Amino acid sequence: MNSTTEKSFFGRIDWITILIWLTLCIIGWFNIHAAVFNPEHPGLFSLETNYGKQSIYIFTAMIIGFSILIIDAKFFLSSAPFIYAVVILLLIAVLVVGRSVGGNQSWIPLGSFRLQPSEFGKLATCLLLASYLSSQSSKAPNMRTLLTGAAIVALPIALVMLQKDTGSALVFFSLIFVFYREGYVGNGLLILAALAILLFVLALLINQWILIGVIFLICGFFAYNLRKKRKHLINIGLLFALSSIYILCVDFAYEHILQPHQRNRIDVILGKIDDPRGEGYNLNQSKIAIGSGQFWGKGYLQGTQTKYNFVPEQSTDFIFCTIGEEWGFVGSVILIALYLTLLIRLVNIAERQRTAFARIYAYGVASILFFHFFINLGMTIGIVPVIGIPLPFLSYGGSSLWSFTILLFILLRFDSSRKGLNN
Amino acid sequence: MNNSFFARKFVIQGIFIAIAIIIVARLFYIQIIDKSYLLSANNNVLRKVVVYPARGVVFDRNGKVLVQNEPVYDLMVIPQEAKEIDTALLCQLIDIPVEGFKKRMDKARAHSPYRASPFEKQLPSTTYAQLQEHLYKFRGFYVQNRTVRSYPDSVAAQVLGYTLEANERDIERSKGFYRPGDYIGATGIERSYEDLLRGQRGVKNQMVDALNRPKGVFMEGKYDTLAVAGDGLISTLDKDLQVLAEKLMKGKMGSIVAIEPSTGEILTFVSSPGYNPNMMVGRERGNNYMKLLNDKTKPMFVRPIQAYYPPGSVFKVVAALTAQQAGVIDEHTVFNCPGGYRYGGGRAIMRCTHVDGPTGLIKSIQKSCNTYYGYVYARMIDSRGMPSTKAYDLWREAIGKFGIGHTLGIDLPGEKPGLIPTSSWYTKRYGNDKWKSGYNISLSIGQGEMGITPLQMANIMAIVANRGFYYRPHLVKGIGEKKIIRKEYTEKIHAGVDAKYYEAVIEGMSRAVNVPGGTGYSVRVPGVEMCGKTGTAQNPHGKDHAVFFAFAPRENPKIAIAVFVENAGFGGVWAGPMVNMLVEKYLKDTISLPKYTQDRIFNANFLPKETAKKEEVKKDSTKTKKDTAAVVKTAAVRDEKKEMFVHHSQVTRR
Repeated sequence: MNSTTEKSFFGRIDWITILIWLTLCIIGWFNIHAAVFNPEHPGLFSLETNYGKQSIYIFTAMIIGFSILIIDAKFFLSSAPFIYAVVILLLIAVLVVGRSVGGNQSWIPLGSFRLQPSEFGKLATCLLLASYLSSQSSKAPNMRTLLTGAAIVALPIALVMLQKDTGSALVFFSLIFVFYREGYVGNGLLILAALAILLFVLALLINQWILIGVIFLICGFFAYNLRKKRKHLINIGLLFALSSIYILCVDFAYEHILQPHQRNRIDVILGKIDDPRGEGYNLNQSKIAIGSGQFWGKGYLQGTQTKYNFVPEQSTDFIFCTIGEEWGFVGSVILIALYLTLLIRLVNIAERQRTAFARIYAYGVASILFFHFFINLGMTIGIVPVIGIPLPFLSYGGSSLWSFTILLFILLRFDSSRKGLNN
Repeated sequence: MNNSFFARKFVIQGIFIAIAIIIVARLFYIQIIDKSYLLSANNNVLRKVVVYPARGVVFDRNGKVLVQNEPVYDLMVIPQEAKEIDTALLCQLIDIPVEGFKKRMDKARAHSPYRASPFEKQLPSTTYAQLQEHLYKFRGFYVQNRTVRSYPDSVAAQVLGYTLEANERDIERSKGFYRPGDYIGATGIERSYEDLLRGQRGVKNQMVDALNRPKGVFMEGKYDTLAVAGDGLISTLDKDLQVLAEKLMKGKMGSIVAIEPSTGEILTFVSSPGYNPNMMVGRERGNNYMKLLNDKTKPMFVRPIQAYYPPGSVFKVVAALTAQQAGVIDEHTVFNCPGGYRYGGGRAIMRCTHVDGPTGLIKSIQKSCNTYYGYVYARMIDSRGMPSTKAYDLWREAIGKFGIGHTLGIDLPGEKPGLIPTSSWYTKRYGNDKWKSGYNISLSIGQGEMGITPLQMANIMAIVANRGFYYRPHLVKGIGEKKIIRKEYTEKIHAGVDAKYYEAVIEGMSRAVNVPGGTGYSVRVPGVEMCGKTGTAQNPHGKDHAVFFAFAPRENPKIAIAVFVENAGFGGVWAGPMVNMLVEKYLKDTISLPKYTQDRIFNANFLPKETAKKEEVKKDSTKTKKDTAAVVKTAAVRDEKKEMFVHHSQVTRR
């Protein structure tokens, strides 16, 4: 028995996921090296350079990851509220003692390194949400549970928003997939969410009254076809009224709630601002770097756009530019394939869990990674507005690498002991 | 187990896959289909740096450098990229007032916000060295190096000329060769040999980073073109002689031209007052230029080819030669000189300062007898069996072959032809064509409506030295590595008088210098038979002009020279010693004139006092109108030349 447990412990770890994780970290390191490459700079592991620091982050991430694998899985379940409380306190603390970097007051200085508590907020929220929803899983999905779960997510969102770190706050919205999978959110709501995003974009592009008129015509068309069914007519009327109000709200929110730089970023992506040297500089340079990579890329350390600092934030949020430029379409597709494999696999892992806690947590991890992947790549190639969030495992930075690693390895820990972890 | 929503797994995975496909499709578009990003990337990183070629170096005839190049640095700016600049530091580094920053920026922005414009030009190396350390702080600024002219001995400014930034018209005319900011030869050799001196621009494709810092060469220089330096020129000038001549003319107005008769090569070319050619280079150029332009002594006026003087005595040489060729006199012809030439039926007299008595051709030259040439001119015009207008035209044509009234074709821009009216001009002036030699008798001694340039004067000496021919005087004898000479300067030109007629004239000139009592005896050169003549043009506006012209040695002449010193007084006292020093220096590389005589010449200052300035004030014709009213009224010549005329009655010989 003992010998089989010993054997099965390593046997049950999902090595494929670990391999993908390691590959992504290594790709990240090489591209950070390329992004800041300067032949005059000191050696590869010098602490003065980003890639030197990143190699330490990767090494510590490994230690953290494997430490997690030997911690009892139940520990995370039981300590979820505690971890959540600590992170919330840190998020409050950061508002008081935080250092402002790039307009976001989200860093706590720790010696020569800085800690970004919002990165750990995702972990804490996932754990507590999983813990709470799993405790309610014997009941059918109900509004009360949904609202409590939403509150668990909303608290960190509010605190992160107060740090003016909109990007990190948006990440929490990805947890809608968790609610969806657990049945708290229906297909209709998912479609409605998609519709809301579409209307948001249209409201900004088209005159709001024309848009309302067009929606009226579409609704009228459906209402005429379904005129026999009263219930549908009411729904259509409701939908029209809601969308009209929504469109008017979008305009108001856009003008009065969003900050000017956020408005500009949206305008750039919608093509309403054509200012490649001003507001659109980041995006334009990012697209130039990636676009100039062509099919095969320029080769390692040969990317002129990234090497010569045309792309801002190129070792953190815009790390994908280096990949796009130096490794071309081929390298980019391989990277995307790696991420997609990881995401699909995480969903599969989620579904093979025996406990609702582990499954919900796994969905949380997958959702957060997916959101980062989508928004980060989307922003570098100009399909979503510039939102400053890192590319998981690749972007330079200790907080981000560690938090994603912890997030992933806790899941792997659950997975490796799924047979022993029961409700 | 709440697993009733298991199927939603596929929805979520489907969304993941869909998003991944969207991203890949977008990547496919920007990386493979749309090629504009590659172009933009190159635009980002590439800066085409123009490599300015060094202009050709100009040497003197002995291989000594007259003009060379010196590196300077233009600070360029791309206005759109220049943001958040520490303007105070920049202004301090390049030594301009802080207010100047905005002015320069506005100018650059007016040119183009996205293209590079010069911000401050021609920073010297020392300033550049300081600036370079801080350049990374000034985004949008970079330094373009080029060369400017530098003149080690500061001589021959008028010959060498200067370069200026090409203006709109130059750029248009060049069909794109010049670009704004390029330099182009504006005067002197710089202009006349511009095509050869300028060389060929090169382009370097340099890579820069986002802060405009150079980061190496694009594609290992595959698309670069090399700059080709301009051709070097070998000037005909003798630098040592030029230095001496300029030293002699210091503080004086006038010209010195010396020619090697056997080739037409100009050995010395001085226009005084001149200027230091280094003034026309560098950041102070604009101020210096205005100063020179406003200088009443006209340092920019190239006297040897642009100033007209009455030829005076030198014309007697031409008259003696052309009259012999025409057959109206021979070397034995004698006229009696009672102290003047009477004409117009004895009512008028052209005075001679001496009573020479019976005078032959040789003596007429030696003593510069006005009377003799009055008779010669009368024979040329009145006694040739044809209407005097026709005779005048023949006479005019003959002296024209000596260059009078014609440009000689020197390789300098702005050469003036001199002046000699046509017969129809006199016919118009006198109302009919019945006029005789008495009407314009002053022409007989090179006065009246006759003006020649110092270059023409020296060239007449070269013709006499060569006994009948000349090569077009020129300043460049070798172009490029092959030392090519322009074809027009190898062509022998005959002056229309046979060689046999020269000996009597040359004998007269030799006696004037080498026989005791001759007008130039005091300036004879020991051991060299120099043939020459003095002249002193009386000047109605001030002190007399001193003239001396000569060639030496008599046989196989090496140098022909004309010296003209305005307002200096007697030719023998001022111009003569200069000729002596220059000829001896050139032929024997020594100067044997006593030190005190040398110092007297070096230290003399004949620059006009304020009151005498009108002599040179070309535009201010009203002041001198009274003196020259008769001529001004009818002469179809430009104002500036008229003042150079001096009436014959004011000319004396010495």
